[in-house]
Amino acid sequence: MTGHAIDARALTRRFGSFTAVDAITFHVEPGEVFGFLGANGAGKTTAIRMLIGVLAPTSGSATVAGYDLKTQAEQVRRRIGYMSQKFSLYEDLTVQENITLYGGIYGVSDRDIVTRTGEILGRIGLEHAGDELVRDIPLGWKQQLAFCVALLHRPAVVFLDEPTGGVDPITRRRFWELIYEAGAAGTSVLVTTHYLDEAEYCRRISIMVDGAIAAMGTPAEVRKAVGAETLDEVFLKLTRPGTAA
Amino acid sequence: MRAFVGFVRKETLHLLRDRQTLAILLLFPVVQVLIFGFAVRTDVRDIAIAIVDPTPDVATLELRERIDASDRFHIVGVAPSARGLDPQFRGGAIRQALVLPAGVERRLGRGDSLPVQLLTDGSDPNTGGIMQGYATAIVERWYRDAVPATGALRIEARARMRYNPTLESSHLFVPGLVAFVLTIVSALMTAISISREKETGTMEMLLVSPIRPTAIVAGKVMPYIGLGFVSVLLVLVAARAVFGVPLRGSLVLLLAESGLYIVTALALGIVISTKAPNQRTAMIAALAGLMMPTLLLSGFIFPLDSLPRVLQYLSYAVPARWFLTIVRGIMIKGAGLATLWQETLILMGMTLFLLAKGSRGLAIRLG
Repeated sequence: MTGHAIDARALTRRFGSFTAVDAITFHVEPGEVFGFLGANGAGKTTAIRMLIGVLAPTSGSATVAGYDLKTQAEQVRRRIGYMSQKFSLYEDLTVQENITLYGGIYGVSDRDIVTRTGEILGRIGLEHAGDELVRDIPLGWKQQLAFCVALLHRPAVVFLDEPTGGVDPITRRRFWELIYEAGAAGTSVLVTTHYLDEAEYCRRISIMVDGAIAAMGTPAEVRKAVGAETLDEVFLKLTRPGTAA
Repeated sequence: MRAFVGFVRKETLHLLRDRQTLAILLLFPVVQVLIFGFAVRTDVRDIAIAIVDPTPDVATLELRERIDASDRFHIVGVAPSARGLDPQFRGGAIRQALVLPAGVERRLGRGDSLPVQLLTDGSDPNTGGIMQGYATAIVERWYRDAVPATGALRIEARARMRYNPTLESSHLFVPGLVAFVLTIVSALMTAISISREKETGTMEMLLVSPIRPTAIVAGKVMPYIGLGFVSVLLVLVAARAVFGVPLRGSLVLLLAESGLYIVTALALGIVISTKAPNQRTAMIAALAGLMMPTLLLSGFIFPLDSLPRVLQYLSYAVPARWFLTIVRGIMIKGAGLATLWQETLILMGMTLFLLAKGSRGLAIRLG
């Protein structure tokens, strides 16, 4: 037990001779919103997949929610939530059926499912859509719903892999409000994104380049360390050092 | 357990909400029975036969009458010479011709040998053989009755087809259909439903959750086990209602064996889905990899004995082959477990192997 929500130490994953994630070490505090940035192919998704326990690390170790990833995978699974790039609710089930299904899988009691469903639908303004098929509700709401479903069992840590891809700015804003609320309620949030304005909302960020963490800290610290005005500039300098100066 | 029940419920909802697929799955067995029953007939009826009779007399008229009276044959023409038969064969007007010598009655009276020529359209060897058998039987019978008993010892062989005396092809294909339909419904649908979740990303959500991979798969296949039993019953009812195919053995045993084979097919589907990256690949793999062997290497369409040796050995690896033997045994011969235990054991072994392989593939998860 370290007291950190996530504590990764020299976490490494190789595919053959290619090192996708190269000995990354970082930690995330309880209730912290942590931004996980990097160009496509920098190793963000691979890192997340190790942390959620669907990909075994080649070397290094990590604890998530206080449990060791290798030896206590079961406990880790019960205490994390995950929302993937792909929208991952069942389209041919109703909103209510999706919530009930995930609640059941995570062992949430029937009574809690009922009260939390009310809370969720009220929070995102879908009160009247409980019996609608998920495929019939707009994308922005689907994504908010997917996030709330990932939080249904009150996980200690929630992993969001590009949660705001393809949604309009207003919905993105509402989505970040949800993220903040989760953080304020004590859930740590590890979020990957390509929108650098979103990165400014994070308490701390890390920028991955070629499988390693190139910069880490609060957005202000990172800007200062790299010597750039904006995170855009930081990003360009780190990922394409030759061209951006 | 609650998670599992919820999961089965979800999977059932998927199946019930996809009305089109469900309708196809339920119609499929019935349509197959009708297609195979009416279109694919290997029993032979209504053979067009021509008779060449240079000198008609009482004896040949008797023979012609006997041929015409059989519901296997109808005589399309009687000619004095064999000239003109070829174009009729080629044009498909006749499928058989019986060429008699001249002076049949005189020869019979003297006890001379009687050279009779029987020509058969052999373009379909199976049917040709059957037609030849029918015609030969009638001619031989007529010859015995026509030649006065000489007092010499006569050996007369009476052939009888056990279990299917009239050689109804429906008796042969219905057991095959049971295997075929179960393979499609169970293996294909399992493969598709698992690979669909991989494709939509929901599988990843499930693998991240505390629910175990084996529970995921068990939950997924439950509705298809139910659907499999429904299919078997549909085939049996349709076959009985339309073609009067008997069920001579125990229905309970048949359903139990079907249950075993459903699990075999589901396991095949699981193995396919762990290998296939998406729905399309899973579907093609299931169709090409399962449908053809089930049709061709199980004894369903072609008798296994007539296959090349290599394919015969290959057929030992096809689960449908063993299941087919079991279903034929139960339905047509009324056999029980006492005679079918070997096939049952082989099928069980295959099922365990496939289940182990499938769950190993899943245990690797998505890594």
